[in-house]
Amino acid sequence: MSEIERHSFDVLVIGAGGAGLRAAIEARSAGKKTAIISKSLFGKAHTVMAEGGAAAALGNVNSRDNWMVHFRDTIRGGKFLNHYRMAELHAKEAPDRIWELETYGALFDRTKDGRISQRNFGGHEYPRLAHVGDRTGLEMIRTLQQKIVSLQQDDKNNVGSYESKLKIFAETTIVELLMSEGRIAGALGYYRDTGRFVLFEAPAVVLATGGIGKSFKVTSNSWEYTGDGHALAMRAGATLVNMEFVQFHPTGMVWPPSVKGILVTESVRGDGGVLRNSEGRRFMFDYIPEVFKSQYATTEEEGDRWYTDPDNNKRPPELLPRDEVARAINSEVKAGRGSPHGGVFLDVSTRMKAEEIIKRLPSMHHQFKELADVDITKEPMEVGPTCHYVMGGIEVDPESQQSKVPGLFAAGEVSGGMHGSNRLGGNSLSDLLVFGKRAGEYAAAYVDGLSERPRTTDADVAAASTAALDLLTEQPEEGAENPYTLQHDLQQVMNDLVGIIRRAGELEEALTRLAELRKRAANVKASGGRRYNPGWHLAMDLRNMLTVSECIAKAALERSESRGGHTREDNPGMDPNWRKVNLICSLGENGVVLKRQPLPTMPDELLSLFDRSELAKYLTEAELADFDRIGGGGEATGGDESGSAPAETESEAVGMVSASEHPPTADADTPDGDAVDDATATTGDATTKTDDGNGDKA
Amino acid sequence: MTTRHFRVWRGDDEGGELTDFDVEVNEGEVVLDIIHRLQATQAPDLAVRWNCKAGKCGSCSAEINGKPRLLCMTRMSTFTADETITVTPLRTFPVVRDLVTDVSYNYEKARAMPAFAPPADLKPGEYRMQQVDVERSQEFRKCIECFLCQNTCHVIRDHEENKPPFSGPRLFIRAAELDMHPLDAREDRKELAQAEQGLGYCNITKCCTEVCPEHIKITDNAIIPMKERVVDRRYDPLVWLGRKILRRDQIKN
Ligand code: SF4
Ligand code: SF4
Ligand code: FES
Repeated sequence: MSEIERHSFDVLVIGAGGAGLRAAIEARSAGKKTAIISKSLFGKAHTVMAEGGAAAALGNVNSRDNWMVHFRDTIRGGKFLNHYRMAELHAKEAPDRIWELETYGALFDRTKDGRISQRNFGGHEYPRLAHVGDRTGLEMIRTLQQKIVSLQQDDKNNVGSYESKLKIFAETTIVELLMSEGRIAGALGYYRDTGRFVLFEAPAVVLATGGIGKSFKVTSNSWEYTGDGHALAMRAGATLVNMEFVQFHPTGMVWPPSVKGILVTESVRGDGGVLRNSEGRRFMFDYIPEVFKSQYATTEEEGDRWYTDPDNNKRPPELLPRDEVARAINSEVKAGRGSPHGGVFLDVSTRMKAEEIIKRLPSMHHQFKELADVDITKEPMEVGPTCHYVMGGIEVDPESQQSKVPGLFAAGEVSGGMHGSNRLGGNSLSDLLVFGKRAGEYAAAYVDGLSERPRTTDADVAAASTAALDLLTEQPEEGAENPYTLQHDLQQVMNDLVGIIRRAGELEEALTRLAELRKRAANVKASGGRRYNPGWHLAMDLRNMLTVSECIAKAALERSESRGGHTREDNPGMDPNWRKVNLICSLGENGVVLKRQPLPTMPDELLSLFDRSELAKYLTEAELADFDRIGGGGEATGGDESGSAPAETESEAVGMVSASEHPPTADADTPDGDAVDDATATTGDATTKTDDGNGDKA
Repeated sequence: MTTRHFRVWRGDDEGGELTDFDVEVNEGEVVLDIIHRLQATQAPDLAVRWNCKAGKCGSCSAEINGKPRLLCMTRMSTFTADETITVTPLRTFPVVRDLVTDVSYNYEKARAMPAFAPPADLKPGEYRMQQVDVERSQEFRKCIECFLCQNTCHVIRDHEENKPPFSGPRLFIRAAELDMHPLDAREDRKELAQAEQGLGYCNITKCCTEVCPEHIKITDNAIIPMKERVVDRRYDPLVWLGRKILRRDQIKN
């Protein structure tokens, strides 16, 4: 192993999108020697694709907004399957994370009085998304990137080197996490340009690798989104939660074929765009589900009035949460009322003046003109659902973002729980800031708590590098599988059988097909050399994609209900008993192992932010009886003062306490009796875990 | 579906050559689609950078028929029916492999550029700026760092010797962005651009503006204002005072 390049860091952040960069800033600020591993060039991460904005209850546009309303919207959007504590932390901390970006140099669009402007978005009760036109993600990534540069400049001034405390490894991919006695010890990666391996010794790793969309054929995700972090974590012994929930963004481009799936921002609808079918009907009015009936306009007139007078009118159903809109579009197309290229029409041209469209939606205007020859100021766009985001991810402790594996943290899309069964638009950019910061902070604290550094072993390094090199052959081999073909076949399976509408039979078939693909994958060989060889890189990614796809299909087959980003045609409708169940994937001897686990129970203080009538749509009878006993049913619009109160002071049955206690109602009615105590283990207190780690060592 | 003739440069830092391919092309495709098809069918190890395929990440920069372009935003329909399409790597930066170049020059220049200096007297959440005032800087923040402008600029294209003193148009708009940022606490952005970034090398040929896929008016809106005589600001106490007063007003709002 002597020829392998070695580096030693305190905190290794894998992923250079919003979550990774924010985590790195925090870890470095805590004095830790930190590295960022970026699969692409620095500043190209998928975060740049985020368009609409970052949700935070700043209350700049509507002063009635506060964290409680944001929390309520998030839980509602996730159909009550969110980890309540993550949603709570997120709603409370998002404003500070956004304001902080201004001190890094971010330039958000402004209100008339000079504050950060906020826009409407699906599922958010008030205008809440801090934004920059429709390129908010780019602003975010650039801001964080530039903050990192400024920290490097500080280090240069203080200690003479830009990279002494914070180093970026661009175009570097991690192939395996390295362990020592069940704890993180480092990671092995390779440089894209040379194909050489590089060993990172680090006691703490933050996974911030984003999503899994590249396993689907029609997706808004880039080539990097191959579920690396999900799979690395599983191989290290961590668990994934709720992988069945995959968000199909309702509006992706559908034509021309080469751009199929590319995102059309939700801001188009937030700013007044409407959806029409081939008959010219605003069909979303026909698809307002029962649980949302009271919150959405039932006539076009009222919906239109809402844009100018939101206090006295209800919002149009085009702004329903994404899962609802995506399913509605799917149904319209199936019913034969689609657009010529198999989507529906999304129109702003009849709703806003051309200048306004260009000002508010500049990149959409540009994108359609350049890629589809469509001038959105003059004609409608054609749009349809596209795989966009995975709600499921690595199961983490909500405070620390630590997974089951000591020293392994996760933040952003790769982590699970925060968004429940469906993510609201805008909650991703804020999620990655809030939990990126937390992951960096707790990773640093974890390192502080270690008495000695775990060491990687040469045997592990050799095994990981050999496995990677086995996929490469200088000359094309007769009978070897082409990685591109295999990826294509995988995408087809996931799209056709584990897509937006699912059926038990198809999911079973998907699992069979995935098993076949896994067999074929054993035979994959990429030809060529080690230098910048995309075929080889894909061959390495395929293993991750296959593992993650199996998790999705297995969990989707198990959950026999429809909720958020998981729609079962054979089990339509939500089942209150399923609401109390998380599906957990881990890696066993023979592949993915699935088990049920109770969802941490929301404490009364948070539950009482909802009306009883709304809760009745989600909770079981027993839970409702409990709710009546505590006399719940409150107002979330009470202003900021009560802001931090409920969770921290009013009750001790909140936050971490309730997570580590076992509420009597949690297990009783779960569809499967073997719901186990794992909730306690994985949502337990971070410090406890850290101590455990030390205990082992000592 | 038609078959088109492509010539793609293949090789590495030790040399290479244009390689001929006949490849299938479908309606609505862009050049990057064709490169991907070559990877999947004829040249699995063909190296190319890309991420978003929507003109948003600035990864897929290359030269198509000699013109600096984004591969993902160049539609096949822009070529005549029998035109051979030649794709080569960016010329200004060293080749890594095939269409991939080593663009670290740009990151080094960015790292040398003094960062945003937050105003000392404002806490997070207290920043107040008017939309009209942020818009000037926002134009420059649209930059997707494709480095096409850097690749085009004749000061460094074929002039390796100018790279050390010259930061290039991408970094000039960064300087302008900070200079025009309503709350940046540094007052010497123009001086820095002259002294540290080599702004003086630029003779306003506007080639950079022409290739910018984000249509940022690099020369008119950034370079020319930054070249304004520094004395205007430095020695006019009234202008300087006005700037400060304006800020205080905005803060109070
Ligand atoms: S205008 Fe200046 S920076 Fe732009 S290409 Fe010409 S010389 Fe280079
Ligand atoms: S200024 Fe334009 S051409 Fe230059 S790097 Fe930015 S986006 Fe590319
Ligand atoms: S792939 Fe992102 S700009 Fe071309």
